[in-house]
Amino acid sequence: MTKVLTDTRSIRIKGRSFLALVLSPEPPLDAWLTRLDDLASRSAGFFLGRPVVLDVADLEIDRAGLKKLIDELGQRNVRIMGIEGGRPSLFEPGMPPAMKGGRPAPDIEIPAETTAEPVGAAPAKAAVPIVQVEPQATRAISSIVIREPVRSGQSVIFPEGDVTVVGSVASGAEIIAGGSVHIYGTLRGRALAGSVGNASARIFCRRLEAELLAIDGVYKTAEDMAPNLRGQAVQLWLEGDSIMAERLN
Amino acid sequence: MAKVIVVTSGKGGVGKTTSTAALGAALAQRNEKTVVVDFDVGLRNLDLVMGAERRVVYDLVNVIQGDAKLPQALIRDKRLDTLFLLPASQTRDKDSLTPEGVEKVMAELKKHFDWIICDSPAGIERGATLAMRHADIAVIVTNPEVSSVRDSDRIIGLLDAKTERAERGERVEKHLLLTRYDQARAERGDMLKVDDVLEILSIPLVGIVPESTDVLKASNLGAPVTLADSKSAPALAYLDAARRIAGETVPMTIPGEKRGFLGKLFGRRAA
Repeated sequence: MTKVLTDTRSIRIKGRSFLALVLSPEPPLDAWLTRLDDLASRSAGFFLGRPVVLDVADLEIDRAGLKKLIDELGQRNVRIMGIEGGRPSLFEPGMPPAMKGGRPAPDIEIPAETTAEPVGAAPAKAAVPIVQVEPQATRAISSIVIREPVRSGQSVIFPEGDVTVVGSVASGAEIIAGGSVHIYGTLRGRALAGSVGNASARIFCRRLEAELLAIDGVYKTAEDMAPNLRGQAVQLWLEGDSIMAERLN
Repeated sequence: MAKVIVVTSGKGGVGKTTSTAALGAALAQRNEKTVVVDFDVGLRNLDLVMGAERRVVYDLVNVIQGDAKLPQALIRDKRLDTLFLLPASQTRDKDSLTPEGVEKVMAELKKHFDWIICDSPAGIERGATLAMRHADIAVIVTNPEVSSVRDSDRIIGLLDAKTERAERGERVEKHLLLTRYDQARAERGDMLKVDDVLEILSIPLVGIVPESTDVLKASNLGAPVTLADSKSAPALAYLDAARRIAGETVPMTIPGEKRGFLGKLFGRRAA
């Protein structure tokens, strides 16, 4: 069924840039939150009504930790409009969206201890025009190494980059990597490389006994694999829409 | 210092209960106070294999719910003074086991025993995870066939994630106990070989128990195989495995491997 459009005007989408405050929490987070509380006690409503972006690029944090941090900030009336420098695996539905391509602006002046500013008074300096146009590079972790066997029923999901397993991947286990998959052992389970759209990702294993192989959404089941590759050291890559394989020796 | 052992496998029917009884009796024979605990609430079997089914008054669930004191529920073995059984309840289900209740019972057992052996139910649900929760040592019972091996692999993953030790950042000591092994059939390719299983699971081997009619016979008599006939091949394998668990170094023998050409012929006929 097709919906009939009665109003044919197109939706107008515009771009606009706003200056946001960037908060970069530092570990330990409890101490950092205490310092934040101290700032808020000196200047109540400093963050009220302002767009705030959370920068977690230099913060070692997991998804649960990030969620807790957002909650803690919410309790302090700091509303996060976006998260910068976070690995894709940190995000889950309901969280503020990931932001990138932010451009640096002069630091916002934090009220000094002596000045008791009225609630909601925003320093006028915050609105200075953006001078630098150099895009800020976000630090990315590009690979992880797993130093023990991946057992049946376990799955390793790493959309940010390569996964290296020093050990075997059991039947019923899976490795999902944004980049390439390297297995220094027997691959009996599933390996999915280039899972977030990377056609140049490859799969390497010391011994191929895999149930399923996939690169950038193109997959091969055990039945489709050439029998002479079984039990061999193999690398697999993508050419067009087909998975190519070659023995490594 | 009390050690908690969980006997687990994921898959059913591989010999967890038989192994629990046999290892329990073997450790108790070393004059170390041992208790075997049945975690298979609703489908209890350990009491039958231990020959104590007519002596069960109170059980694990009664103790957890506070209806009975632990000493009231413990059944002392008639053959070995150092061996005790804490039976499961047959009329309840696994939901009667609470994490707090199990923790309390384990803490109390640790005060009185050298070895606490928990017989895990099959599966990876509540009963199985609570049985492994407090383990220091895990004995993973595996048959030489692919589905049992894969289920064991799954259980090893859970031992590294869901136990108290894992949560403290420590490791559960893991041992593979290969049961119902038949050398002749493994050589014919009907069964996985010892090396294949070890390669897949990559945990140390603690014993190889041969497929034998002695095991079923002992179960039906209500005696752990190590007590029923301590000279039988499975009993010897379990006795050696118990010594290895206790920290002794005992050379590993693959049952049936040392037989000569004629022996193999006869062995095949018997199989």
